[in-house]
Amino acid sequence: MNLKLQVWKQSNGSTPGQMVEYQVKDIMPDMSFLEMLDVVNEDLIKEGKEPIAFDSDCREGICGTCSLVINGIPHGHRERTTVCQLHMRHFRDGETVTVEPWRARPFTPIKDLVVNRSAFDRIIQAGGFISVSTGQAQDANAIPVPKVDAETAMDAAACIGCGACVASCKNASAMLFVAAKVSHLGSLPQGKWEKDRRVWNMVKAMDAEGFGNCTNTGSCESVCPKGITLNFIARMNRDYAMAIFKAQSGEGFE
Amino acid sequence: MKLDAQIPSGPLEKKWDRYRLEMKLVSPANKRKFHVIVVGTGLAGASAGASLAELGYNVSCFCFQDSSRRAHSIAAQGGINAAKNYQNDGDSVYRLFYDTIKGGDFRAREGNVYRLAQVSANIIDQCAAQGVPLAREYGGLLANRSFGGAQVSRTFYARGQTGQQLLLGAYQALARQVGTGQVKMYPRTEMLDLVLVDGSAKGIIVRDLVTGAITSHSGDAVILATGGYSNVFFLSTNAKGCNVTAIWRAYKKGAAMANPCYTQIHPTCIPASGDHQSKLTLMSESLRNDGRVWVPKKRGDKRPPQEIPEEERDYYLERKYPSYGNLAPRDISSRAAKEACDDGRGVGPGGLGVYLDFADSIKRLGVNTIRERYDNLFEMYECITGEDGYKTPMRIYPAPHYTMGGLWVDYNLMSNIPGLFVLGEANFSDHGANRLGASALMQGLADGYFIIPSTIGNFFAHNKKVCPPTSHPEFKKAEEEARGRIKKLVNAKAKGKKTVTMFHRELGKLLWDKCGMARTEQGLKEALKKIPAMRQEFHEGVIVPGQNEEFNQSLEHAGRVADFLEFGELMCNDALVRNESCGGHFRVEFQTEDGEAKRDDANYSHVSAWEYQGPDKPPVMHKETLAYEEIKLSQRSYK
Repeated sequence: MNLKLQVWKQSNGSTPGQMVEYQVKDIMPDMSFLEMLDVVNEDLIKEGKEPIAFDSDCREGICGTCSLVINGIPHGHRERTTVCQLHMRHFRDGETVTVEPWRARPFTPIKDLVVNRSAFDRIIQAGGFISVSTGQAQDANAIPVPKVDAETAMDAAACIGCGACVASCKNASAMLFVAAKVSHLGSLPQGKWEKDRRVWNMVKAMDAEGFGNCTNTGSCESVCPKGITLNFIARMNRDYAMAIFKAQSGEGFE
Repeated sequence: MKLDAQIPSGPLEKKWDRYRLEMKLVSPANKRKFHVIVVGTGLAGASAGASLAELGYNVSCFCFQDSSRRAHSIAAQGGINAAKNYQNDGDSVYRLFYDTIKGGDFRAREGNVYRLAQVSANIIDQCAAQGVPLAREYGGLLANRSFGGAQVSRTFYARGQTGQQLLLGAYQALARQVGTGQVKMYPRTEMLDLVLVDGSAKGIIVRDLVTGAITSHSGDAVILATGGYSNVFFLSTNAKGCNVTAIWRAYKKGAAMANPCYTQIHPTCIPASGDHQSKLTLMSESLRNDGRVWVPKKRGDKRPPQEIPEEERDYYLERKYPSYGNLAPRDISSRAAKEACDDGRGVGPGGLGVYLDFADSIKRLGVNTIRERYDNLFEMYECITGEDGYKTPMRIYPAPHYTMGGLWVDYNLMSNIPGLFVLGEANFSDHGANRLGASALMQGLADGYFIIPSTIGNFFAHNKKVCPPTSHPEFKKAEEEARGRIKKLVNAKAKGKKTVTMFHRELGKLLWDKCGMARTEQGLKEALKKIPAMRQEFHEGVIVPGQNEEFNQSLEHAGRVADFLEFGELMCNDALVRNESCGGHFRVEFQTEDGEAKRDDANYSHVSAWEYQGPDKPPVMHKETLAYEEIKLSQRSYK
């Protein structure tokens, strides 16, 4: 199949970018979208031109590195799919396809389709963990965890930290990402002791990075490749409200 | 070169306890004076970085990914072994130890493997405490499944994303230390060289992948946890970025490379669909718990699988290995698949595939149970192939997946270079010639959480503290060399016609054919002739667009392929001199009458540790004899 690509090209964060058109020929339907870009890049390099920079690593949908907005939708139009798992059989011969990077102020541009997502790491550093050092643990079966809680935790923990939720949100909100971690750790007995402090610090870090707020449009949920649901945002809001209440009533946690 | 494994004396089950009793300690006040460099943030690197920081050491952590959460440990699916015996099915530390040694075809060290089995239980405790959402039963206790090469259920898991959840646990522990300032994190930073001062590892040279800046970092010790080298085959289940560079640079600085020919070809991967294929995707081995592997009995049978009646199917694993059946170890299952395909009975495009059929299990357990156990794997299969594994058997084929070889380390996980420690897949120590499923996660976390925190302290306590400034001439020299290598790559394009990927594919194909699932003397010699020519052509004219001083993915790839082109040669050399078959190393000349690997314990019960001699000299091989005090060597049988 043949395609016309409209791709965002930008040398670095300090120079403006623009859309550039590429004609792509003889693409096999079994290729992934990234393999199609590999083919484009190989041809560009052979012609002495600059290839298109894009991030990818595991190429099996779990590392969260790949991050392209395809035809206006983060990770493309297939539900619950990362770009690396999006195959060309889902495109039409002759189609024009636009490819852009994640767009959100906290994700600063690096080159072409590559952005800096270290803001996510800083949010986790602020509280996205259980404070247990190596060697302090008791026997793993000493604290039973109700299966339903373990499953809820796992549903939330499935987040791959790709940032599609932010890229799809008109407010560039990171609430789905933060809520997933808050819910994962907060729904387990091991994580409940620092629940208030965790949500407080993570929300504070999220705000400091410049992510917007949630207005419940649900676009994040619809593009999330791992199916993280809005319920977790509701849960985080509840936890956060509780933390504020405790802070104000003098039942501090800091 | 002196290779002393430093295994503590005494009975096997007392060695580690005794080591910990006898080791010297560093006081809390002194720990903060030491600076440790950790390269790689997968299970081994992240757990080491976090644990050392918790103890009070200052840690600098480096990874080439944009975040330490993305290291390739994240892709491990099936599970992690631990000798908990929660299932009351007769498991014990000794049994896990024995299964691992036997699974490795008796080519691993007893002392290291026993310790691994001992600390395995602590790993599960640690991970549960960190909030890793391991699978549970309705009573709230942990669930287990079985894995290849074992007759007990000792594998803990988190759906089909065990590696992801364990890595996120370690990543979060590391993030907690980054938050306190005890760890300084350097993402998108690639190690280009190791720096020795007075013969000890004292730092690294790195390139900032965003700006191209090349800088030096010094420390009291360097830990490499940089994973395996399966990407030498180009097509493997590893992430695109996985590479051999860090351990290869250490090798060129004098660290011994052990058993590089021990590579694991995983039996259950999705077959390649064409020449554009950029990587192969693994389907967890856990699928073999409920899936039955078969090919048609007739050669060239083109009928769709549903139309092939039961009596015309060859469930070859069940037929050949009745006691382990579809759960035969990886090397054996892969070879059996290759045999069937070589015999003309493979299925799918090019006849390079075998069926993994769930029809019987669905009949027995119902589709919902199968869905609950493996849904994400079925989803992934459908996404890639466009086929529904619930309705039609999956097609699978072996693919390079893990490398048992790596830098030589002693019982302290220290290489022969003082101060250079190597953890996880990057070292060679625990899996012998074949790794059992769900043991990689166990080893990575054992090394990082429980072993290095003890052994590095012992090293510091025994040696004078020296952390040279990065203005030391050795750093300046190594920086200049690294710049020189990059300049050469960037300038090569003037007369070139081939891209980095073309060279990488070419090398990968050659090694897959000659040094893959079956190796022959003749094939290895052919490869050894072709690789130097390939390397020369690469350096004379590989096209690397752009410059160093920018975000340049082609340049990153070129540096890694340059090292693969050297490393591939050592791999073939190692395979050539090991005149026996063991585990994943199958030399066609050495097989039993029924086609199984034929070991030669009299002559090859040793570790081959290669020492670099300089650019134009062949490397020298040193032997570390494997002394078995506890177990009796036997022919591995899964029949």
